[in-house]
Parts: sequence; C-alpha cells; structure tokens
Amino acid sequence: MGVEVVVEGLTKSFGKQTIWQDVTLTLPPGEVSVMLGPSGTGKSVFLKSLVGLLKPEQGKIVINGTDLVRCSEHRLYEIRKMFGVLFQDGALFGSMDLYDNIAFPLREHTRKTEAEVRRIVLEKMEMVGLVGAEKKLPGEISGGMRKRAGLARALVLDPEIILCDEPDSGLDPVRTAYLSQLLIDLNAQIDATILIVTHNINIARTVPDNLGMLFRRELVMFGPREVLLTSDEPVVEQFLNGRRLGPIGMSEEKDTATMAAEQAHADAGHSDGSTSEDVRGIIPQIEPTPGLPFRDAVRRRKDRVMSIIHQLPHQAQQGIIESLSAEEQVRYGVHAGVPAVAPSPSPWPRQGGVL
Amino acid sequence: MTTQASFPGAGALRETGKLCQLGIDVVRTTFRRPFQLREFIQQSWFIVSVTVLPTALVSIPFGAVIALQLGSLTRQIGAQSFTGAASVLAIIQQASPIVTALLIAGAGGSAICADLGSRKIREEIDAMEVLGVSPIHRLVVPRVLAAMLVSVLLNGMVSVVGVMGGYFFNVVMQDGTPGAYLASFSALAQLPDLWISELKALIFGFIAGIVAAYRGLNPAGGPKGVGDAVNQAVVITFLLLFFVNFVLTTIYLQVVPAKGS
Repeated sequence: MGVEVVVEGLTKSFGKQTIWQDVTLTLPPGEVSVMLGPSGTGKSVFLKSLVGLLKPEQGKIVINGTDLVRCSEHRLYEIRKMFGVLFQDGALFGSMDLYDNIAFPLREHTRKTEAEVRRIVLEKMEMVGLVGAEKKLPGEISGGMRKRAGLARALVLDPEIILCDEPDSGLDPVRTAYLSQLLIDLNAQIDATILIVTHNINIARTVPDNLGMLFRRELVMFGPREVLLTSDEPVVEQFLNGRRLGPIGMSEEKDTATMAAEQAHADAGHSDGSTSEDVRGIIPQIEPTPGLPFRDAVRRRKDRVMSIIHQLPHQAQQGIIESLSAEEQVRYGVHAGVPAVAPSPSPWPRQGGVL
Repeated sequence: MTTQASFPGAGALRETGKLCQLGIDVVRTTFRRPFQLREFIQQSWFIVSVTVLPTALVSIPFGAVIALQLGSLTRQIGAQSFTGAASVLAIIQQASPIVTALLIAGAGGSAICADLGSRKIREEIDAMEVLGVSPIHRLVVPRVLAAMLVSVLLNGMVSVVGVMGGYFFNVVMQDGTPGAYLASFSALAQLPDLWISELKALIFGFIAGIVAAYRGLNPAGGPKGVGDAVNQAVVITFLLLFFVNFVLTTIYLQVVPAKGS
C-alpha cells in the first residue's frame, strides 16, 4: 500500500515573495488526491517541495517518519526512490531514446538483467500506448507522447507515491480521459498514493478521492472530494464554473472596484464567460477498467469519511450519504435527507486540516 | 526561516561559496562507486573533438610569435645561442598552460555549460534527482574529470606543437642555427618545468569544469539564462585561470630554484 504524506505548516517563499504559507494537509495512503488552483498559485512549487527539489522555509513534510525538509541529502535520495514523478513536459533525457529513458531508473537502481529490464519497459510502454516508439528520441515525438513516456518512466520502479504535474496540459480531452483512467487503474493495481496538480475541472470532478485548492498564498481547503465539489466558497464556485465573476482575477487577485464593475456588466446582460449551468455537485468517480481489482482506497476512504462525516458541511454530508448504497446507509447508520449528527458549528470551509 | 545576510558583496560571496561547495562535492563524489566510465569516455572524446583542432591552430602562431620575439631580442643582446632555451621555457611554462586554459574554457567549458544548462531548463536535472540519481555523480564528475584529462593531454600537445613552431620560425625565418637551437634546449629548462606545466593544466581543467558545471546547473530563468550562463562561465573561468596561473607561477619560482643558480 502507498504511504501517507503529512504536510504541516509548510511555507515557501522566493526572496520576499511568499508563494504559499501554512499549508497543512495529509495525503491519505493509497488514495488519489487532486490539488487545484489558478495559474501561478504555486501548485508546481508545492509538488517540487514534496520531492525535496525545493526547500520550504518553514513546516514539515513527513513521509515514513522522515521529515523531508530537514533530512540529509543521502536520506533524501533514499526517500525519492519511493516517488514516481511526472513532470509537465515529461522531462525526458534528450540524449536517450524512449526505451533507454524508461529503462534508466531500472538500470541505475536495480540489478535486473537486460532481459528483465526489457520485459518491464515494454510492459509499461504498452500501458501508456507507446509500443513501437522505443527507438524515437524525445525531440522527435509530440508533447502528448513525451508526457506518456514520462509517466511510463515514473512507473517502472513501482512507486508508492505518484506525483503528476498537470497531466492534462498539452493533451486533448480524449487523451486526458484516457490518462485519468490510466491513473485510476494504476491506483487499483499498485495502490499507490497519487497527487495530481492541475486546473482541469473534469479531472477534479471525476478522478480524485480528495480535493484541495490553493489560492492567494494559502490552502483554501483540502478534504474529501464531496466537500470541495459542493462548496459555497466564492473562489471554489468561480473556479469550478470557469467564470470571470468572483475573487479570482486575470492577475491573481482582484480589487473591489473591478469586482463591482464586472458585476455591473453582468447585471447589464454581458456574459461572464461561462455557461450558465453550475457544474458543482457530486458526479460519480471514474472506476477501474472492468477486470482489474477493486480499488481498496475507495473502501478505506469510505470508512474514514464516515467517521468524520459529522464535521463536514451540510451539502457535503448529503452528497456523501446519497452516493452510498442502501446497505451501506444501514451499515453506517445514516439516511438520505437526514444529517448524520445535528450539524455542529462546522470547521469548514476555512480549515484545510487533517481529515 | 533561513536568514540571508545582506551587505554589499554578500551575493558574490554566496556564489563563491556555492561554487566551492560544488567543487568539494565533485571531489568527494569522484570516489563513489560506480564510476560513470561510459559518460567519462564520451565526454572526453567530445571535449577532444571540439578543442584539438583550434588548439593546434592557435599553438603554431603562438610558438612562432614567441620564437620571433625572443629571436630578435636575443640577437640585440647578443645571446642568439640561448634562443632555443628561452623559447622552450616560455612555451612550456607559460604559453602552453594558458593556451590550453583558453581553449578548455572557451570550447570545452562553454559546451559543458550549455549542455547542463539546457538540461536544467528542460527539467532533466530535476527528473534525475527525483529518480534518485545524483546529477553531480552522474553528469558533473565525468565532465570535470574529462576536462582535466583532456587539458593535460592538450597541454602536452601545445608544448610539442609550440616548440616545433618556434623551431621552424627561428630556423627558417630568422636564419638561426638548428644545432644551436636544439642544443640549448636543456641549458635553461629543466624537468620540473614540465611538471608544473602539466600540474597547471590539470588544475585549469578542474576549474574550467567546475565553473562550467556550476553556471550550467544554476541558469537564471529560461533559455536566455542559459546563454547568459555560458557567457559568464567563460568569463569567470578566464579570470580565475589567469589569477591561479599567477599564484602558481609565483609559488613555483620561489620553491624550485632556476637552473644554474
């Protein structure tokens, strides 16, 4: 099973500019999480901090009892072997062909024979649909292929944590859907902890078990997908629906005057750039391809979420309860339309706490 | 919170510190198994291929200029018989390490810097680190060692070509006597001169490799940063090499007594 990643009070700045501060969240073991956020909110920086490529100034990142922010270089290299990272452009080695690129981690870290290496590499290449492209150089193939090759390379060592930096950028919607399916299938097969950083709403709605959002130098929220998908938080609502109306501006923040002007335009009938439908709400998650094992993460998450359901906001509770089957509702002792516990003053939505 | 001191020159000191740290890391990592033999051979071959022809072409006129200058000088003071001795000394001790340094920094170092820089901005270096492979061990060490090896070999070549060029111009153009030129070779020069020459070349190769790698691994933002980094690497290396050459020459002249004194 994948490992748990605990992030506590993390703060990163470049010079005087704070990228984000006091980010606290836990990636539950073996589950798929998505981190959303407008461009330029430091999503990639967050991902690079998780693998120790960037050193945050404050806070902790604990994996298997080791704090990545303060551990030795040697220990960091050991921990990194548990990671598979898909970079935005694949980050393939330009001087090697695809086969050698994907075989690279195996040749560096294992004593496998060339025949075994070949078997594993071809298996992963088939998984991402790159059969026949072994001899191509990264410069000769399209961005989408580079991305898939990068994913294959991230997978050869059977990582326990998979981090994907914008898996959809540069891919068409169909390939993005295939990639989403691939990530869920992977999770079912190797039960790795997966974190996807993206601003693709479709991925956010259908792939993850947990959803988080970064905005204005802090974590707006992080928790079970239902919480963010049903949230009334203006930032979340604006982002999910892709509207211009709301706190997010062209440059990251928007002042009150601009907001008022835009509201006036909208009131006068000028379209705000989105379709009128509200895409918030819980839609079914992608399931593993038939024939693959059931995702253990789903069961574990259900238990976990049900144990904290009384802390969640009302709409999220409703959404979760409605998504349960009749038997499960009986097992957990909840009924559709009735809150699990009298709604106590909820810590949501400001606290991106450990759930 | 990491506090950074800010006073005039703090930035320069910090950069120098990081450069030295990379140097130390490279020396330490050199002895880590497994040694990247393939990369080392490829890089050595690559550096040779970009430097050998320019070096030969530079060293012939260099040797010639020294021979011509010394030839007329020695004639003026009536010491023609020492022309050969003086030009050998000048070429082996000074000209040849400097020519080597210029070419290793200008041709080899710039290529190393551009290569590492473009890998850095394509996130290849990050990817390598994330795959648990140290880029210093895997990429920098073989390149620095290759620069050192090639620099020593080039130094030998420059010495030979330069001395031959000097001989040719002295004998053919200035009507020097071949016998006197050859016979005076060992009048002033001695074996330690050759050692210091090779030692200088070795150190110059190391410095050129480290500076190129450091600038390549830390380009300032984007493709333009790589171009700037290459430029800076070459300039910084030149400055360092001439300074180090001055220090080494001073020490050598103090430590090793001149022949006949």
